[in-house]
Amino acid sequence: MISESASLAAAAPIASPHAHAGGRVSLVMLKVMAALAPATLFGFWLYGWPAIHLWLITVLFALLGEAFSLRVMGRRALPVLMDGSALLTGWLLALSLPPWAPWWIGATGGLFATIVAKQLFGGLGQNLFNPAMVARVALLISFPVAMTQWTAPLPLGSAGAPDFIHGLQITLGGLGAKSQLDAVSSATLLGHAKTELSRGLDLFHSLAGEHAPTLSPVGARAGSLGETSALLIAAGGIAMIFMGLISWHIPLAMLAAIAVPAAIGHAVDPARHLDAASHVLSGAAMLGAFFIATDYVTSPNTRTGQLVFGAGCGFLTWVIRTWGGYPEGVAFAVLLMNALTPAIDRLLKPRIYGRDRKGRPREPAP
Amino acid sequence: MGLIEKFFALLEPQHWGVHPDDHKRPAADAPLRSLPLPERLYIPLQQHIGAAARPIVLVGQSVLKGQLLAEAQGATSAAIHASTSGTVAAIGDVTAPHPSGLPFAAITLAADGDDRWADTGTAVDPFALPPPEVARRVAAAGVVGLGGATFPSALKLGLGLKAEIHTLIINGGECEPYLSCDDRLMRDFATETVDGIRIMLHATGAKQALVGIEDNKPEAIAAMTAAAQGYSEIAIRPVPARYPMGSEKHLFSELTGTEVPADGRTTDLGALVHNVGTAWAVHEALRNNRPLVERIVTVNGGAVARPGNIRVPVGALVEDVLAFVGLREEPARLVMGGPMMGSLLPHRRVPVVKGSSGILALTAVEAAGFDPGPCIRCSSCVRACPVGLLPLEMSARIANGDLDGAVAFGLKDCIACGCCSFVCPSRIPLVHYFNHAKGELAAQGRAQLRNEAAKRLVAARAERLERDAREKAEVAARRKAERAAAKAAEAARSAAASSEATT
Repeated sequence: MISESASLAAAAPIASPHAHAGGRVSLVMLKVMAALAPATLFGFWLYGWPAIHLWLITVLFALLGEAFSLRVMGRRALPVLMDGSALLTGWLLALSLPPWAPWWIGATGGLFATIVAKQLFGGLGQNLFNPAMVARVALLISFPVAMTQWTAPLPLGSAGAPDFIHGLQITLGGLGAKSQLDAVSSATLLGHAKTELSRGLDLFHSLAGEHAPTLSPVGARAGSLGETSALLIAAGGIAMIFMGLISWHIPLAMLAAIAVPAAIGHAVDPARHLDAASHVLSGAAMLGAFFIATDYVTSPNTRTGQLVFGAGCGFLTWVIRTWGGYPEGVAFAVLLMNALTPAIDRLLKPRIYGRDRKGRPREPAP
Repeated sequence: MGLIEKFFALLEPQHWGVHPDDHKRPAADAPLRSLPLPERLYIPLQQHIGAAARPIVLVGQSVLKGQLLAEAQGATSAAIHASTSGTVAAIGDVTAPHPSGLPFAAITLAADGDDRWADTGTAVDPFALPPPEVARRVAAAGVVGLGGATFPSALKLGLGLKAEIHTLIINGGECEPYLSCDDRLMRDFATETVDGIRIMLHATGAKQALVGIEDNKPEAIAAMTAAAQGYSEIAIRPVPARYPMGSEKHLFSELTGTEVPADGRTTDLGALVHNVGTAWAVHEALRNNRPLVERIVTVNGGAVARPGNIRVPVGALVEDVLAFVGLREEPARLVMGGPMMGSLLPHRRVPVVKGSSGILALTAVEAAGFDPGPCIRCSSCVRACPVGLLPLEMSARIANGDLDGAVAFGLKDCIACGCCSFVCPSRIPLVHYFNHAKGELAAQGRAQLRNEAAKRLVAARAERLERDAREKAEVAARRKAERAAAKAAEAARSAAASSEATT
């Protein structure tokens, strides 16, 4: 369908307008990557060489998956790869993985994201679900152990941090090599709270211990490769808002819809509910709000629709974190809301000039 | 506005339209120049919406400037006059100022170089004339809407009188980038334009005139404000520079704060919209008895050596105009009108017509195009659309041949302004899709009408044949009966005769 519409357009004669605002898809993707760079570089520094290797492998396999799909369809791969969308998908997926995850996690995820979640749906613009989140959820369900092995921060250059070769061994050797480093494995705040609650230990006790995970807006904590630095992610996100790439509607609605129920829950029963700050600064909330839920393809068209969508993502995240089986729920919440996007778009269309919301001609003003 | 409406308005303020680089200066600031009279003028018979004018001159006949060449025919049409004095060299086809490059009928005038005006009678005070007479004179002068739509102005004035309008909206928006012909007109002919507005007020019976001028034209605003001083019924209203502010409905909304209902017109709300250029043409027609035979054309674009505004006689070729301003380089694209809605010119031997606001010679950089890619649903087009449509949804449906689906998304409300294509990062020619679909729907509508007409004819024919057959049968039956009766009578008579003979 894409190729058909593209060829139809290409065959069309030159028509007005004879001017353009200058935007291009590849430029949009490049700007998003630039906004993503600070948090990513921070993740590289925080978790060292294994994280860098994992990022490279994930991106590479996402690109391979895209190229493979296009070749199978008999299309030229390079022009499509140049739009940057597959690279961005792989990048976002890598940021959501445990930083010391073995290579095959990144490889499987990258291939799954572009082949199954994107190209099987028809390629760029046609996928109903966010490819990076589809891949993340697929990995989480298929390989729950590898996907929940967190590492305590071990910054590049610090004592005991793996060097390039050692990092490669960790990434390529997988769990075997990592077991030597059990000392550095750690838990996330959300994971810890959920585990302890399920053991019957309330938050007062579980979070009081000296080894209990703490909050860190800067991001020096255990967590996914690029999800920990709430500050840098928010900075990148706000930069995107100023560049006009995204609007504030989805991020604000999503964060508010996590924070408000969390604050209420915490006020009602602090023993069983984490506070709003913990929810907003933990897990994929920030990355999700600014970079995942704002994906053009899988989010609604109108500002009103985007508010509904963002609020749904946020609220569902909180619900899954609170009552679900998994400690983190951003990926599930985003996918659920992706499924609702066509319905939101259908219900919340913009009002047409001279018509009311239902599409009937307006009555002339008296 | 209901509570729900207010809530939505709060969430989504209507930031319609786009802000293209306007490229208006330095062309707008260059003094007005006049095109040297070309040797030949090619004056099309159809420079307006409606039926083509009917020529009333013969080949070889000499004519004076301003003399009627072709008269309006039909209800919607406009008269065509000689743009200079000379001889009618031919009446035949020339290339239309349209991308198709199709031929259309024109009168070719060989100029004698004297540029001598015909005696067009003495001017009278237009305010002493009854409004219908003003409209009649505007019609006789061949004035059409100079904003680009080229609707015969006299009809619009008459419409205003009938609809009892109270407000005349004068469109000095000129929101298209590159163009400055209206700007130049308002700067150089403010008094004449204001006088034209006053005549139009008189002709329509409107109480006030609101002149909307985009705030990127401070000189024009100042000149018009000065010219309108002392006429309290004329208000000069600066409006924000934003494309498509010059759209009739959008300028109306900006100035009055109300919306024109869908499927309705501004006249339903007591307002009539005319272009500033039209006001000037009305002034010329009434005060100087001069028909519309020339206009100001903006010649602009990166390839033009001396861009600016030129007074061009109707019928001069684009070639003549470009030769006058000079070309810096070979233009990559020639456009008649503005860059947002103007049409691509097939070549340079195309005449300037009454509706030609600009000629753009764009460089390869300005006209840069990229191959369209797939839609990434960024919804830039949704926010740019001044009507509140979903261009991405409409184009997806049109690409799949689902015209009804596109109509359900509001295709028929599209004003073809091109904002969606302008902002699309995938470079999808969205507005081109919509124009294509509208044309397709119109063709389908015509085909349906034709089918229905054909069906009616077939049904009528069948009925007629049946009736004929029935009548024939009746006649035959009657004849048979008559013959039988005659035979019987004959038989009776002969029987009687024979019996008579036997007795």
